[in-house]
Amino acid sequence: MRPVNPRGAWTLFVRETHRFMKVKMQTIVAPALTAVLYLLIFRYAMGARSVPGLDVDYFSFLIPGLIMMAMLQNAFANTSSSIIVGKVMNVHIYLLMAPLSAIETVAAFLAAAMMRALVVAGVLLLVLAPFSDLGFAHWELIMFYGVCGSILMGGLGLIGGMWAKKFDDMALVNNFIIMPLTFLSGVFYSVTQLPPLWQTVNHFNPFFYLIDGFRYGFIGVGDTDPYMALWVVGGSTLICMLVCWYLWHIGWKVKE
Amino acid sequence: MSEIALDLRHLSKVYANGKVALEDVSLQVPAGTFYALLGPNGAGKSTLINMLADIVRPGGGTARLFGHDMFRERAWCKRHMGVVPQEVAFDPFFNPREVLKITSGMFGCKPDMAWIDELLDRLELREQERKTTRQLSGGMRRRLLVAQALVHKPPLVILDEPTAGVDVELRRRLWDFMRELNAAGTTILLTTHYLEEAEELCEHVTIIDRGRVGTDRPMRELMREVAGRYLWLSYGEGFVLTDADKEALAAFQPRSNGRGVCLTLRHAQGGFHEAYEAAVARFGPPQDAGVRQEDLEDVFIRLTRKDNLS
Ligand SMILES: Nc1ncnc2c1ncn2[C@@H]1O[C@H](COP(=O)(O)OP(=O)(O)OP(=O)(O)O)[C@@H](O)[C@H]1O
Ligand SMILES: [Mg+2]
Repeated sequence: MRPVNPRGAWTLFVRETHRFMKVKMQTIVAPALTAVLYLLIFRYAMGARSVPGLDVDYFSFLIPGLIMMAMLQNAFANTSSSIIVGKVMNVHIYLLMAPLSAIETVAAFLAAAMMRALVVAGVLLLVLAPFSDLGFAHWELIMFYGVCGSILMGGLGLIGGMWAKKFDDMALVNNFIIMPLTFLSGVFYSVTQLPPLWQTVNHFNPFFYLIDGFRYGFIGVGDTDPYMALWVVGGSTLICMLVCWYLWHIGWKVKE
Repeated sequence: MSEIALDLRHLSKVYANGKVALEDVSLQVPAGTFYALLGPNGAGKSTLINMLADIVRPGGGTARLFGHDMFRERAWCKRHMGVVPQEVAFDPFFNPREVLKITSGMFGCKPDMAWIDELLDRLELREQERKTTRQLSGGMRRRLLVAQALVHKPPLVILDEPTAGVDVELRRRLWDFMRELNAAGTTILLTTHYLEEAEELCEHVTIIDRGRVGTDRPMRELMREVAGRYLWLSYGEGFVLTDADKEALAAFQPRSNGRGVCLTLRHAQGGFHEAYEAAVARFGPPQDAGVRQEDLEDVFIRLTRKDNLS
């Protein structure tokens, strides 16, 4: 179906942003608090040490990673929870009945996920920046990785939400896929600290490139070449969007 | 008016588990009609409606809405119809007023505040407009669904049991509202298990049973030609109608409810005397007796009785 309903897509986007703004404490304040806690804990655990292999202090290394991790998790949560709540409460039928094409629907969901990620990132930056002297070495990388990462995760959340039949399924995906991948993506360490086998394993974790590239944007150093990873990340984002569009188009697991 | 609002031809649907829910269903709803789609539980009414609403994937057949192909020109058709789903659906994050604004926007319309106010008034949700939908009662939620179906002012409204769980008084007021909408030109397709409701509101009836169209006639014609009168005679608890009784009274299609017997009167007028005499000859004088006009419910039961459809 051709896109024909810009107002409808816009309304859906606004609806999806209101959904998280209505529960700010959970969706924005809580992630900010979590990040501050991590920061405090690691601050005292690591002291003023710098990161082996990279010539930066641990704090400046940690902050961009924490921000990106929060962005990824929030983008994922926004789409996945909306879809699964919709299914459980049966309101998803209004999404199906509305004259919205698959492109419009997916675009609205992903834009809202990105919005939430950006709001959370903004809040975290405000809260965490005073603790360190973060630079903004490469704006374009920060933006690119931030936007692609949140779209990618928003898309995965959309797919996960469509796949899940109940809240439990979603918790399963979150606890056994999303959490391990984000925690093991090099937010808290540099891969050069790992034994060679685990370094290799890390390179198969897509989140690793997102976090590393995003961090590179702030501190100007990283474990990979972020300009090479651009293609991988950009390509994955595009593929993810296409998959979302296709699955929504055919009504995968939502239409009988 | 002779224009056909909804033209369904040879619709069929087999669910993924192999269940055949619809088999070759065709029906035409002329523009401006108040149309009843009736059928026992599991007949396939909701399947049909959900197929039109794009909630269930279409099976075979074609569907046209004011001449537009419903399965190809989805966007156009969706803007021109409003559906009240059978299952209550509500978004826990928003209050009724917000829900209506959102629905209107998603259907591509600038929210018309005057119309939203009127809907909230007419569906008696004004006091609840700022409560979250979680705080609404079942009947209120259903009324909100009705409002959502109407918020973009569609020329065709499809109501899948809109009055289930709505209290008697309010249901009457809802009927008035639907009648007004219909008088103002909206075509309405209604499914309901309150047959009194269909009889009172609808001009045309289609009865589907086990996925097939059984009856498709104007209401008045159905009631004139199929609905008869019957004589009931009460003989107290423990009354049994034997096969011999059934044979002896076969001309009157006798049926029993355990306390007495009902005999169909064959002629529009008269026939009473013969039936009464026959019953008395067989069972003796009754404790009580009377003549009743069949209503849509009786007709419906007769037409959808399990042993009755070929
Ligand atoms: N998702 C589904 N998968 C498989 N079978 C289904 C599904 N939904 C409905 N059915 C079956 O299809 C048949 C028709 O169901 P449908 O809901 O259309 O009936 P209905 O006429 O609306 O009944 P009711 O009056 O109870 O609402 C039933 O036998 C039902 O069990
Ligand atoms: Mg039904």
